[in-house]
Amino acid sequence: MMTRGDSSWFDEAAGPLVRPYAVTGGRTRSGRTEFDMISLVVAARTETDRRTLDPEHLTILSLCRQPISVAELAAQLDLPMGVVKVLLGDLLDRGDILARAPAPVARLPELNVLQAVLDGISRL
Amino acid sequence: MASADSETTADTPRSADELPLAVKLLIAGGFGAGKTTLVGSVSEITPLNTEEVMTEASLGVDDVAGVEAKTTTTVALDFGRITINDGVVLYLFGTPGQERFWFMWDELCHGALGAVVLADTRRLESCFPSVDFFEGRGIPFVVAVNQFDGAHHYTTDEVRGALDVGDDLPVVLCDARERESGKEVLRSLVLHVMSRMGAPAAATG
Ligand SMILES: Nc1nc2c(ncn2[C@@H]2O[C@H](COP(=O)(O)OP(=O)(O)OP(=O)(O)O)[C@@H](O)[C@H]2O)c(=O)[nH]1
Ligand SMILES: [Mg+2]
Repeated sequence: MMTRGDSSWFDEAAGPLVRPYAVTGGRTRSGRTEFDMISLVVAARTETDRRTLDPEHLTILSLCRQPISVAELAAQLDLPMGVVKVLLGDLLDRGDILARAPAPVARLPELNVLQAVLDGISRL
Repeated sequence: MASADSETTADTPRSADELPLAVKLLIAGGFGAGKTTLVGSVSEITPLNTEEVMTEASLGVDDVAGVEAKTTTTVALDFGRITINDGVVLYLFGTPGQERFWFMWDELCHGALGAVVLADTRRLESCFPSVDFFEGRGIPFVVAVNQFDGAHHYTTDEVRGALDVGDDLPVVLCDARERESGKEVLRSLVLHVMSRMGAPAAATG
Protein backbone atom coordinates (compact mmCIF):
# COMPACT_ATOMS: atom_id res chain seq x y z
CA MET A 1 0.00 0.00 0.00
CA MET A 2 2.88 2.35 0.59
CA THR A 3 4.99 1.26 -2.32
CA ARG A 4 5.14 3.55 -5.23
CA GLY A 5 7.02 1.61 -7.83
CA ASP A 6 4.53 2.64 -10.44
CA SER A 7 4.93 6.36 -10.78
CA SER A 8 2.89 6.67 -13.92
CA TRP A 9 0.29 8.64 -11.99
CA PHE A 10 2.65 11.56 -12.12
CA ASP A 11 1.42 13.87 -14.79
CA GLU A 12 4.10 15.98 -16.46
CA ALA A 13 1.54 18.68 -17.12
CA ALA A 14 0.84 18.98 -13.45
CA GLY A 15 4.48 19.88 -13.02
CA PRO A 16 6.08 21.07 -9.83
CA LEU A 17 2.87 22.15 -8.22
CA VAL A 18 1.77 18.67 -7.24
CA ARG A 19 5.28 17.29 -7.08
CA PRO A 20 5.32 17.26 -3.26
CA TYR A 21 2.68 14.56 -3.41
CA ALA A 22 5.17 12.22 -5.10
CA VAL A 23 6.24 11.37 -1.54
CA THR A 24 2.81 9.89 -0.88
CA GLY A 25 2.50 8.11 -4.19
CA GLY A 26 0.01 10.73 -5.29
CA ARG A 27 -2.33 10.24 -2.38
CA THR A 28 -3.66 13.51 -1.05
CA ARG A 29 -5.77 12.20 1.78
CA SER A 30 -5.11 9.68 4.48
CA GLY A 31 -7.54 6.82 4.84
CA ARG A 32 -9.83 7.42 7.76
CA THR A 33 -8.23 10.16 9.76
CA GLU A 34 -8.42 13.87 9.24
CA PHE A 35 -5.49 15.57 10.90
CA ASP A 36 -5.73 19.20 11.86
CA MET A 37 -2.69 21.45 11.42
CA ILE A 38 -2.39 21.59 15.20
CA SER A 39 -3.18 17.96 15.91
CA LEU A 40 -0.43 16.75 18.21
CA VAL A 41 1.26 13.45 17.50
CA VAL A 42 3.77 11.38 19.39
CA ALA A 43 5.58 8.15 18.60
CA ALA A 44 4.01 5.14 20.28
CA ARG A 45 6.85 3.03 21.62
CA THR A 46 5.73 -0.19 20.10
CA GLU A 47 7.92 -2.32 17.94
CA THR A 48 7.43 -1.58 14.29
CA ASP A 49 8.66 -3.10 11.08
CA ARG A 50 10.81 -0.28 9.76
CA ARG A 51 11.46 -2.04 6.46
CA THR A 52 7.93 -1.42 5.34
CA LEU A 53 8.21 2.32 5.95
CA ASP A 54 9.49 5.01 3.61
CA PRO A 55 12.34 7.31 4.68
CA GLU A 56 9.85 10.12 5.26
CA HIS A 57 7.89 7.97 7.68
CA LEU A 58 11.06 7.16 9.59
CA THR A 59 12.03 10.83 9.74
CA ILE A 60 8.61 11.63 11.16
CA LEU A 61 8.96 8.91 13.78
CA SER A 62 12.29 10.32 14.86
CA LEU A 63 10.87 13.86 15.05
CA CYS A 64 7.89 12.91 17.17
CA ARG A 65 9.57 11.27 20.13
CA GLN A 66 8.10 14.25 21.99
CA PRO A 67 4.61 15.52 21.17
CA ILE A 68 4.74 17.75 18.09
CA SER A 69 2.12 19.38 15.90
CA VAL A 70 1.43 18.57 12.27
CA ALA A 71 2.44 22.12 11.33
CA GLU A 72 5.80 21.82 13.10
CA LEU A 73 6.49 18.49 11.40
CA ALA A 74 5.69 20.02 8.04
CA ALA A 75 8.02 22.94 8.71
CA GLN A 76 10.86 20.68 9.83
CA LEU A 77 10.41 18.23 6.96
CA ASP A 78 9.92 21.08 4.49
CA LEU A 79 6.90 19.31 3.09
CA PRO A 80 3.39 20.71 2.64
CA MET A 81 1.06 19.95 5.50
CA GLY A 82 -1.19 17.89 3.26
CA VAL A 83 1.68 15.52 2.50
CA VAL A 84 2.58 15.20 6.16
CA LYS A 85 -1.04 14.40 7.02
CA VAL A 86 -1.07 11.51 4.56
CA LEU A 87 2.18 10.10 5.97
CA LEU A 88 0.87 10.48 9.52
CA GLY A 89 -2.26 8.61 8.51
CA ASP A 90 -0.10 5.69 7.43
CA LEU A 91 1.71 5.71 10.77
CA LEU A 92 -1.50 6.01 12.77
CA ASP A 93 -3.05 3.08 10.91
CA ARG A 94 -0.04 0.97 11.84
CA GLY A 95 -0.21 2.01 15.46
CA ASP A 96 3.17 3.74 15.27
CA ILE A 97 1.90 7.07 16.58
CA LEU A 98 -0.76 8.50 18.87
CA ALA A 99 -2.60 11.63 17.77
CA ARG A 100 -4.76 14.15 19.61
CA ALA A 101 -6.98 16.50 17.67
CA PRO A 102 -7.60 20.04 18.93
CA ALA A 103 -10.89 20.82 20.63
CA PRO A 104 -13.83 20.66 18.22
CA VAL A 105 -14.92 24.04 16.95
CA ALA A 106 -18.39 23.72 18.40
CA ARG A 107 -16.99 23.12 21.86
CA LEU A 108 -14.25 25.64 22.47
CA PRO A 109 -11.98 24.76 25.35
CA GLU A 110 -13.54 25.11 28.72
CA LEU A 111 -12.84 28.26 30.58
CA ASN A 112 -10.07 26.79 32.65
CA VAL A 113 -8.12 26.30 29.45
CA LEU A 114 -8.62 29.96 28.56
CA GLN A 115 -7.56 31.00 32.05
CA ALA A 116 -4.46 28.83 31.70
CA VAL A 117 -3.68 30.45 28.34
CA LEU A 118 -4.10 33.90 29.87
CA ASP A 119 -1.80 33.02 32.77
CA GLY A 120 0.73 31.43 30.42
CA ILE A 121 0.92 34.53 28.25
CA SER A 122 1.29 36.75 31.30
CA ARG A 123 4.21 34.65 32.51
CA LEU A 124 6.18 35.01 29.27
CA MET B 1 -2.47 -3.57 22.88
CA ALA B 2 1.23 -4.21 22.37
CA SER B 3 3.08 -5.51 25.36
CA ALA B 4 5.27 -3.08 27.23
CA ASP B 5 8.75 -2.85 25.80
CA SER B 6 11.97 -1.78 27.38
CA GLU B 7 12.01 1.61 25.66
CA THR B 8 8.82 2.71 27.34
CA THR B 9 9.42 5.33 29.99
CA ALA B 10 7.14 6.79 32.59
CA ASP B 11 6.35 9.88 30.51
CA THR B 12 5.55 8.04 27.31
CA PRO B 13 1.88 8.65 26.59
CA ARG B 14 -0.04 5.41 26.41
CA SER B 15 -3.16 6.93 25.00
CA ALA B 16 -3.90 10.01 22.95
CA ASP B 17 -5.68 11.61 25.93
CA GLU B 18 -2.33 11.99 27.62
CA LEU B 19 -1.07 14.29 24.89
CA PRO B 20 -1.35 18.04 25.55
CA LEU B 21 -4.30 19.89 24.10
CA ALA B 22 -3.34 22.27 21.29
CA VAL B 23 -5.12 25.58 20.90
CA LYS B 24 -4.47 28.38 18.48
CA LEU B 25 -4.85 32.05 17.89
CA LEU B 26 -4.71 33.67 14.48
CA ILE B 27 -2.75 36.81 13.66
CA ALA B 28 -4.36 38.37 10.62
CA GLY B 29 -3.91 41.63 8.78
CA GLY B 30 -2.87 43.08 5.47
CA PHE B 31 0.39 42.59 3.62
CA GLY B 32 3.36 43.74 5.69
CA ALA B 33 1.26 44.71 8.72
CA GLY B 34 3.67 43.03 11.15
CA LYS B 35 2.07 39.58 11.55
CA THR B 36 5.32 37.62 11.48
CA THR B 37 6.97 40.18 13.74
CA LEU B 38 4.22 39.82 16.34
CA VAL B 39 4.37 36.02 16.23
CA GLY B 40 8.14 36.16 16.65
CA SER B 41 8.11 38.58 19.54
CA VAL B 42 6.02 36.30 21.76
CA SER B 43 6.86 32.83 20.43
CA GLU B 44 9.23 30.53 22.32
CA ILE B 45 10.54 29.27 18.98
CA THR B 46 11.71 31.18 15.95
CA PRO B 47 8.63 31.42 13.76
CA LEU B 48 8.42 28.38 11.53
CA ASN B 49 7.20 28.42 8.02
CA THR B 50 5.10 25.83 6.33
CA GLU B 51 3.04 25.69 3.25
CA GLU B 52 -0.19 24.17 2.28
CA VAL B 53 -0.51 23.03 -1.30
CA MET B 54 -4.16 23.34 -2.08
CA THR B 55 -5.37 21.04 -4.80
CA GLU B 56 -8.75 19.68 -5.67
CA ALA B 57 -8.02 17.38 -2.76
CA SER B 58 -9.30 20.14 -0.55
CA LEU B 59 -12.58 19.88 -2.41
CA GLY B 60 -12.84 16.16 -1.85
CA VAL B 61 -10.99 14.60 -4.76
CA ASP B 62 -9.04 11.60 -3.56
CA ASP B 63 -6.07 11.61 -5.85
CA VAL B 64 -4.09 14.30 -7.61
CA ALA B 65 -3.26 12.07 -10.54
CA GLY B 66 -4.03 14.11 -13.59
CA VAL B 67 -5.20 17.15 -11.65
CA GLU B 68 -4.74 20.25 -13.72
CA ALA B 69 -2.01 22.53 -12.45
CA LYS B 70 -4.30 25.51 -12.45
CA THR B 71 -6.32 24.05 -9.60
CA THR B 72 -3.30 24.10 -7.32
CA THR B 73 -2.18 26.99 -5.13
CA THR B 74 0.46 27.28 -2.47
CA VAL B 75 -0.13 29.29 0.66
CA ALA B 76 2.70 30.06 3.05
CA LEU B 77 1.90 30.26 6.74
CA ASP B 78 4.16 31.15 9.57
CA PHE B 79 3.56 30.21 13.13
CA GLY B 80 4.99 30.22 16.61
CA ARG B 81 4.42 28.28 19.80
CA ILE B 82 3.95 29.04 23.47
CA THR B 83 3.93 26.13 25.93
CA ILE B 84 1.25 27.07 28.44
CA ASN B 85 1.67 24.14 30.82
CA ASP B 86 1.98 20.37 30.71
CA GLY B 87 -1.50 20.06 29.31
CA VAL B 88 -1.88 22.97 26.89
CA VAL B 89 0.20 24.26 23.96
CA LEU B 90 -0.73 27.50 22.23
CA TYR B 91 0.04 28.04 18.55
CA LEU B 92 -0.02 31.41 16.85
CA PHE B 93 -0.62 31.44 13.12
CA GLY B 94 0.17 34.46 11.02
CA THR B 95 -2.41 34.30 8.27
CA PRO B 96 -2.37 36.02 4.92
CA GLY B 97 -5.27 38.45 4.97
CA GLN B 98 -5.71 38.82 1.25
CA GLU B 99 -8.99 37.74 -0.21
CA ARG B 100 -7.37 35.35 -2.64
CA PHE B 101 -6.34 33.16 0.30
CA TRP B 102 -9.75 32.86 1.87
CA PHE B 103 -10.23 29.35 0.59
CA MET B 104 -8.00 28.15 3.37
CA TRP B 105 -9.37 30.27 6.17
CA ASP B 106 -11.93 27.66 7.08
CA GLU B 107 -9.20 25.29 8.09
CA LEU B 108 -7.27 28.06 9.80
CA CYS B 109 -10.31 29.11 11.79
CA HIS B 110 -11.22 25.58 12.78
CA GLY B 111 -10.58 25.37 16.48
CA ALA B 112 -9.14 28.88 16.73
CA LEU B 113 -9.89 30.59 20.03
CA GLY B 114 -9.87 33.96 18.35
CA ALA B 115 -7.91 36.33 16.18
CA VAL B 116 -5.80 39.44 16.33
CA VAL B 117 -6.34 41.76 13.38
CA LEU B 118 -3.21 43.82 12.95
CA ALA B 119 -3.96 47.23 11.56
CA ASP B 120 -1.14 49.00 9.78
CA THR B 121 -1.17 52.72 10.52
CA ARG B 122 0.19 53.49 7.06
CA ARG B 123 -2.80 51.89 5.36
CA LEU B 124 -5.57 51.24 7.81
CA GLU B 125 -7.92 49.98 5.12
CA SER B 126 -5.77 46.91 4.46
CA CYS B 127 -7.23 45.24 7.55
CA PHE B 128 -10.86 45.77 6.55
CA PRO B 129 -11.22 42.38 4.80
CA SER B 130 -9.98 40.54 7.90
CA VAL B 131 -12.39 42.47 10.12
CA ASP B 132 -15.27 41.64 7.77
CA PHE B 133 -14.26 38.00 7.71
CA PHE B 134 -14.13 37.47 11.47
CA GLU B 135 -17.29 39.53 12.04
CA GLY B 136 -19.11 37.43 9.45
CA ARG B 137 -17.99 34.16 11.02
CA GLY B 138 -18.65 35.24 14.58
CA ILE B 139 -15.03 34.59 15.54
CA PRO B 140 -13.90 36.75 18.46
CA PHE B 141 -11.17 39.18 17.53
CA VAL B 142 -9.40 42.29 18.72
CA VAL B 143 -7.77 44.97 16.61
CA ALA B 144 -4.13 45.76 17.35
CA VAL B 145 -2.90 48.97 15.82
CA ASN B 146 0.75 48.59 14.89
CA GLN B 147 2.32 52.03 15.26
CA PHE B 148 4.80 52.32 12.44
CA ASP B 149 7.46 55.02 12.68
CA GLY B 150 6.58 58.16 10.79
CA ALA B 151 3.02 57.06 10.12
CA HIS B 152 0.00 58.92 11.42
CA HIS B 153 -0.69 57.99 15.03
CA TYR B 154 -4.34 57.18 15.46
CA THR B 155 -6.25 57.12 18.69
CA THR B 156 -8.22 53.96 19.44
CA ASP B 157 -11.45 55.93 18.89
CA GLU B 158 -10.27 57.06 15.47
CA VAL B 159 -9.55 53.44 14.58
CA ARG B 160 -12.97 52.34 15.85
CA GLY B 161 -14.56 55.02 13.72
CA ALA B 162 -12.60 54.04 10.61
CA LEU B 163 -13.46 50.37 11.09
CA ASP B 164 -17.05 51.17 12.02
CA VAL B 165 -16.96 48.94 15.07
CA GLY B 166 -18.46 49.53 18.50
CA ASP B 167 -17.02 50.02 21.97
CA ASP B 168 -17.35 46.32 22.71
CA LEU B 169 -14.53 45.53 20.28
CA PRO B 170 -11.15 45.90 21.98
CA VAL B 171 -8.72 48.11 20.07
CA VAL B 172 -5.18 48.23 21.41
CA LEU B 173 -2.16 50.18 20.25
CA CYS B 174 0.97 48.09 19.94
CA ASP B 175 4.50 47.75 18.72
CA ALA B 176 4.71 44.26 17.28
CA ARG B 177 8.48 44.22 17.80
CA GLU B 178 8.13 44.43 21.58
CA ARG B 179 7.40 41.28 23.53
CA GLU B 180 5.55 43.11 26.32
CA SER B 181 3.38 44.84 23.75
CA GLY B 182 2.69 41.56 21.96
CA LYS B 183 1.75 39.93 25.26
CA GLU B 184 -0.69 42.74 25.99
CA VAL B 185 -2.34 42.22 22.60
CA LEU B 186 -2.73 38.48 23.23
CA ARG B 187 -4.00 39.07 26.75
CA SER B 188 -6.64 41.47 25.52
CA LEU B 189 -7.75 38.88 22.97
CA VAL B 190 -8.02 36.06 25.51
CA LEU B 191 -9.89 38.32 27.94
CA HIS B 192 -12.24 39.27 25.12
CA VAL B 193 -12.85 35.61 24.28
CA MET B 194 -13.55 34.90 27.95
CA SER B 195 -15.97 37.78 28.31
CA ARG B 196 -17.80 36.64 25.18
CA MET B 197 -18.20 33.30 26.88
CA GLY B 198 -19.55 35.04 29.93
CA ALA B 199 -16.70 34.35 32.29
CA PRO B 200 -14.84 36.79 34.48
CA ALA B 201 -11.10 36.31 34.41
CA ALA B 202 -9.25 35.79 37.62
CA ALA B 203 -6.55 38.38 38.19
CA THR B 204 -3.22 37.32 36.80
CA GLY B 205 -0.03 38.99 37.32
N1 LIG C 1 8.27 50.57 13.12
C1 LIG C 1 7.71 49.39 13.20
N2 LIG C 1 8.04 48.45 12.29
C2 LIG C 1 7.46 47.25 12.34
C3 LIG C 1 6.53 46.95 13.36
N3 LIG C 1 6.08 45.69 13.16
C4 LIG C 1 6.71 45.22 12.07
N4 LIG C 1 7.56 46.15 11.58
C5 LIG C 1 8.41 45.99 10.40
O1 LIG C 1 7.55 45.90 9.27
C6 LIG C 1 8.06 44.96 8.32
C7 LIG C 1 7.00 43.92 7.97
O2 LIG C 1 6.73 43.14 9.11
P1 LIG C 1 6.29 41.62 9.00
O3 LIG C 1 6.16 41.11 10.41
O4 LIG C 1 7.16 40.87 8.08
O5 LIG C 1 4.85 41.77 8.37
P2 LIG C 1 3.86 40.61 7.86
O6 LIG C 1 2.49 41.09 8.18
O7 LIG C 1 4.27 39.30 8.39
O8 LIG C 1 4.09 40.68 6.30
P3 LIG C 1 3.61 39.65 5.17
O9 LIG C 1 3.69 38.28 5.76
O10 LIG C 1 4.57 39.87 4.05
O11 LIG C 1 2.23 40.07 4.82
C8 LIG C 1 9.31 44.37 8.94
O12 LIG C 1 10.42 45.03 8.38
C9 LIG C 1 9.17 44.69 10.42
O13 LIG C 1 10.42 44.86 11.03
C10 LIG C 1 6.22 47.97 14.34
O14 LIG C 1 5.42 47.77 15.24
N5 LIG C 1 6.84 49.16 14.21
MG1 LIG D 1 4.65 37.49 7.34
